Amino acid sequence: MKPEDFDFLSALLKERSGLVLSRDKGYLLESRLLPVARRHGIKGLDELVSAVRARRDATLLRDITEAMTTNESLFFRDIKPFEIFKAKVLPDLMVARQSSRTIRIWSAASSGGQEPYSLAMLLKEEGAKLANWRIEIVATDISVEMLEKAKAGSYSQFEVQRGLPINLLLKYFKQAGDKWQIDAALRGMVKYREFNLLDDPATLGRFDVIFCRNVLIYFDPPTKAKVLDRISRVLMPDGVLYLGGAETVIGVTEKFQPLPGHRGVYGLANGAAHPLPLERVAV
Amino acid sequence: MKTCLVVDDSRVIRMVARKILEELNFTIQEAADGKAALELCHKQMPDGILLDWNMPVMNGLDFLVELRRSPGGDRPKVVFCTTENDLKHIQTAITAGADEYIMKPFDNDIIQSKFAQCGLL
Repeated sequence: MKPEDFDFLSALLKERSGLVLSRDKGYLLESRLLPVARRHGIKGLDELVSAVRARRDATLLRDITEAMTTNESLFFRDIKPFEIFKAKVLPDLMVARQSSRTIRIWSAASSGGQEPYSLAMLLKEEGAKLANWRIEIVATDISVEMLEKAKAGSYSQFEVQRGLPINLLLKYFKQAGDKWQIDAALRGMVKYREFNLLDDPATLGRFDVIFCRNVLIYFDPPTKAKVLDRISRVLMPDGVLYLGGAETVIGVTEKFQPLPGHRGVYGLANGAAHPLPLERVAV
Repeated sequence: MKTCLVVDDSRVIRMVARKILEELNFTIQEAADGKAALELCHKQMPDGILLDWNMPVMNGLDFLVELRRSPGGDRPKVVFCTTENDLKHIQTAITAGADEYIMKPFDNDIIQSKFAQCGLL
């Protein structure tokens, strides 16, 4: 790929999604964008770049962004964050929200739906403890294609074997041909919304828990700081933010501080809590 | 170091599984059918067993039932690893005492994930 084409595509992706591509990621552009080019009847990457330059076709631009921002996910990814959620975050919230009996969770960049459905299964497994509680899981992604996949809740044999314990597969999935279909009740627990993390999340309402894992690694430091600042504004003062195991807020923002002893889990730093007038928005 | 018995009548599958599990720090023993596997278990119970279903002499399900009846046979974590990928087979295996179930084909990530779920990692 010509250097100027790489620069053009990486600038385009940065502008549209925040994704930062270093020069050694040229192979990623080629492997992911060649199928997009073929779908649009374009021969190669040179022609794809020319086509984007000539006519900023909305569908083509969306397909390019989606192809580059779609990432593989798995159920109960890294398991530990979910164990902390079950053992600490959820019990603490159940005490703190005793009067409203409402908990809102945001799965940001939910990809194929594995993360929100993992949370839904975990909550279902809590059973009677959460009777009479209203729990909302809002899952967002920039990719319409991934949102459709997540909504459908249909997974391949490979996907259901990555992180999903067999007892939960038996309990919450039905086999449909060579796919595994997640239970309708679990699907009903998750509300999907198209959302770009570069936009203001205030439209989604406020949350008690935000999962924003393994997304910020694709952003440059100023974009990370901007996204985290906006997230801090929609997190309840005693809420919790989850980042990926390889991500940190240190040196990026002072809005959050780590929860001692819980890697990847953050609370708002003293004084960083946004005042409460921003109403919870029903989605 | 934990021990794992790989039970499969395919030498290739045993070789692939051995390579993956050795990278996960397991000491491996191999058996080509359920009867040979049972004899090895009666000498010393492994920590984990990766178990094929369809094998000559004694199949995986019969082996599992015999294993769970044996003294100390409740201890090894058993992960089925088979081309039998329908719900009925999975339910049968779990009812018979399997801890996890892998539907072939598998890769490193799936083995690692399933062994972790059993507490073997």
